[in-house]
Amino acid sequence: MEGLRRHYGQVVALDGVDLTLQPGELVALLGPSGCGKTTTLRLLAGLEDADGGTITVAGRDVSRLPASKRDMGMVFQAYSLFPHMTVRQNVAFGLRLRKVSKEDRDRRALQMLELVGLTEQADRYASQISGGQQQRVALARALAIEPKVLLLDEPLSALDAKVRAQLRDQIRRIQLELGITTLFVTHDQEEALAIADRVGVMREGRIEQLAPPTEVYSRPATSFVAEFVGLTNRLPGTVSSGKVTALGRTLPLVDPGTPDGPAVALVRPEAVTLASGAGQADGSPLSGTVIAITFLGATSRVTVHVGDLTIMAQLSTSDASALTAGSQVTLAIRPDPVLVSADKVAASEE
Amino acid sequence: MAVAAATTTSGARPSRAGRLRPPAWIGTVPFLGYVGVFLLLPTGIVVWNAIRNPAGHLDLASLKLIFNPNVRSFFTGSIELSAVSSVVGAVLGAFLAYAVASGNPDGVVRRLYIAGSGVLTQAGGVTLAFAFNAAIGPSTGFLMHAGWYYNFPAGIALIYIYFQIPLMVLVFLPAIDGLKVQWREATESLGGSTFQYWRHVGIPLLFPAFIGATLLLFANALSAYATIQAWENQIAYTVPQQIYVAISSEVGLASNEGDVLAVGMVVLVAILMVAYAMLQRRAARWLR
Amino acid sequence: MAAIGSLGDSLSVVQPAGQPAGQQGMQGGRRRRLNLFRYAMFTIFGLFFLLPLVAMVRFSLEGTKPGSFSTSAWTQIGSTPGLLSAIEITLELVVLTCVVVLVLLVPTMIWIRLRVQWIARIFEFLCVLPLAIPAIVLVVGLVPVYNRIERTTVSPLQLFWVYVILALPYAYRSLSAGLTAIDAVTLAEAARSLGASWATVILRVIVPNMWQGILNALLLTSALVLGEFTIAEILNYSTLPVALFNISRATANAGVLFSTSTAALLFAFILLLILSYAGRRLQRNRA
Repeated sequence: MEGLRRHYGQVVALDGVDLTLQPGELVALLGPSGCGKTTTLRLLAGLEDADGGTITVAGRDVSRLPASKRDMGMVFQAYSLFPHMTVRQNVAFGLRLRKVSKEDRDRRALQMLELVGLTEQADRYASQISGGQQQRVALARALAIEPKVLLLDEPLSALDAKVRAQLRDQIRRIQLELGITTLFVTHDQEEALAIADRVGVMREGRIEQLAPPTEVYSRPATSFVAEFVGLTNRLPGTVSSGKVTALGRTLPLVDPGTPDGPAVALVRPEAVTLASGAGQADGSPLSGTVIAITFLGATSRVTVHVGDLTIMAQLSTSDASALTAGSQVTLAIRPDPVLVSADKVAASEE
Repeated sequence: MAVAAATTTSGARPSRAGRLRPPAWIGTVPFLGYVGVFLLLPTGIVVWNAIRNPAGHLDLASLKLIFNPNVRSFFTGSIELSAVSSVVGAVLGAFLAYAVASGNPDGVVRRLYIAGSGVLTQAGGVTLAFAFNAAIGPSTGFLMHAGWYYNFPAGIALIYIYFQIPLMVLVFLPAIDGLKVQWREATESLGGSTFQYWRHVGIPLLFPAFIGATLLLFANALSAYATIQAWENQIAYTVPQQIYVAISSEVGLASNEGDVLAVGMVVLVAILMVAYAMLQRRAARWLR
Repeated sequence: MAAIGSLGDSLSVVQPAGQPAGQQGMQGGRRRRLNLFRYAMFTIFGLFFLLPLVAMVRFSLEGTKPGSFSTSAWTQIGSTPGLLSAIEITLELVVLTCVVVLVLLVPTMIWIRLRVQWIARIFEFLCVLPLAIPAIVLVVGLVPVYNRIERTTVSPLQLFWVYVILALPYAYRSLSAGLTAIDAVTLAEAARSLGASWATVILRVIVPNMWQGILNALLLTSALVLGEFTIAEILNYSTLPVALFNISRATANAGVLFSTSTAALLFAFILLLILSYAGRRLQRNRA
């Protein structure tokens, strides 16, 4: 997809989006509501027309082609199963449209149902199966026609948390097994990071960064990406000669060319370490008070007040168990390169 | 402090002062009384009279009147007129309903058409007959002089269709709204054309609602009286018209023809309403 | 005219709740074809519905020689014997029926929904029953009932007793939809837990939130009473439709028929637009 543009009246939904999917890869489009990720997907599917730009699939320009001729499989967020057909009939529907014989249709439908693990439900109706099962049927239906590209529009957003995680992994497994090129849209960054080969973080109609998950997480290209993906501490500081000084510590910068001046350093909670005791051994002013400890399972997030700043640190739960609310701690920041945001120190965009 | 679980009282409860408070359902007595006197009682009277002979004894033979060929012709006439107007009205109304439903859900057009449908379908009384007379009456028609205007059922069917279509729009619109856009898009992305969508998805899903609505229109036409009387009241074509004749003529007053006809009508309409309700439930399962 | 099953529903829910087939995200070619279809439909049906009405208006403005213009049909409304009083009676019936419908249904429905839920199904059945018992049937059994009533008062306004029954299905649907939309039960429980008495709950909490449903019910009832002919004629009362009918039997195409009919239709339509507009304002305020 190149230079895609789309607007609805006054509202600009896509503002020059370039995206190339390599064969067999799963790209996740991640972003807040309204960022244009779903629009991009729908343009690729052919359900909407672009106002500018082109879409090419396997070398062929499909920009003008209607959805029914694009040979793509699509899984919607919800409600997409036909209520008057059984699971089997739903899955076989695409083949029926292509005039495949009943035998072959049923055979392939069962094959697909096996793939998603729902052969027992073949003769049930959509209203008789759970949300997670419905989405698996939708997946089977989309794959039954052997599409060139698989498109998933927030397929897990309407499901319970536990089902979401299971289904997410299952989708990835199937995708790898079939080697099918896939575009996966979501607003849940955990999902995107967990299953994608590359993640495209979008905002207001543009892609801010398109890179493998580890890179997006640890080397965010913009402050928006840094703050949207994972948690971030915003520490006011000053940039000078390629380094930033915040809270008395000097840290290297991701972009050494950043101009000097006041800035906000974006530090991940995992980069903050805590030790109990208020000792200021090396005289650095990094002493704070624990105000809350949030138990997250294997790790815990400890929120600390340092002066008038609130800082989050991520520790293993066993380390965190030594601390209690109100105790004094000393902070240290790992000297990883950080990103700075040029926003005003006091401003905090939500 | 316990929150008053106030919603499921029935039966008397002792109040703090030790007196018995009346049960909550007493509040519905005025309503029940009203409905009893003005709905159930007259209906009961009609049925009562229909199964009595002129001497006043219980005699189901009166009901056989329905099979009398003269009487049967009224039922045939009613059914013919109702069938034509409801089927045509349903089909045309379905198209119109789709046109309304597929537009801006907030828009002026939709609101206008729904408002208009509400008025037009109730306006099908005497005024409608006058309007049609003015438009296509054989002697004074403004648009044309339709020689067939006073033919039964042609002329009156057209007038019926005029108020059946808006009724169809009102009744069928929710069903069309219930067609989820995802179904259309899923069909498209699976490679289906518009025709295939309607054939495999749209029409099958709408079918129960459509049939139900048609039955409703049918019942509506059966019950109609004012319009056809205003159109032509010298000859009775339909059952309601004949009921009027029966209860207002000298001969009629002595016999219970009116009551018998009325019972026949009620049975017919009741069957239709039950069928409608069942179909509605099926439609709601899919389309809500 | 009986049997309008979901009329109340449709009018009280002018905007669909779910995902209608709106046009925002649609492919160009299909959208064009769809719009073509829509405008064709609206034009064809618009014409069909308008033409008789246009004819009616035209006739109301025609003089003795075809093609001449005259407002005599309209002035005759005042001078035709009995017509003005028939109009008056009908309007009074509209008001009377509306009031009784509200007084009868609103408290009862709220009461049932809040305190006597087990009756709800019977109640619904009774309210919808008039759809299955057409007016023409009902009136046959009403003759003796009204004979009894006429021993005390002979006035067409007594028609309101049965008009309320006829209006039940429509009013019930509208009010029921209104009660459901505001989740009356939860509101009542909240109010009760804050210490409100039942009277307060009904009058100050539920009813003020029900305006949409009440307006709908009023509108449907008014439209019904304005056009009701069957029962009035057979029981021999002179309401507007009956008066018009009699005039038409005497003089086939009397101009005054058309002028009155036009006026009545306009009246009903304006009522409907007001309602639809008021409904939208209420919805916006609440949302």
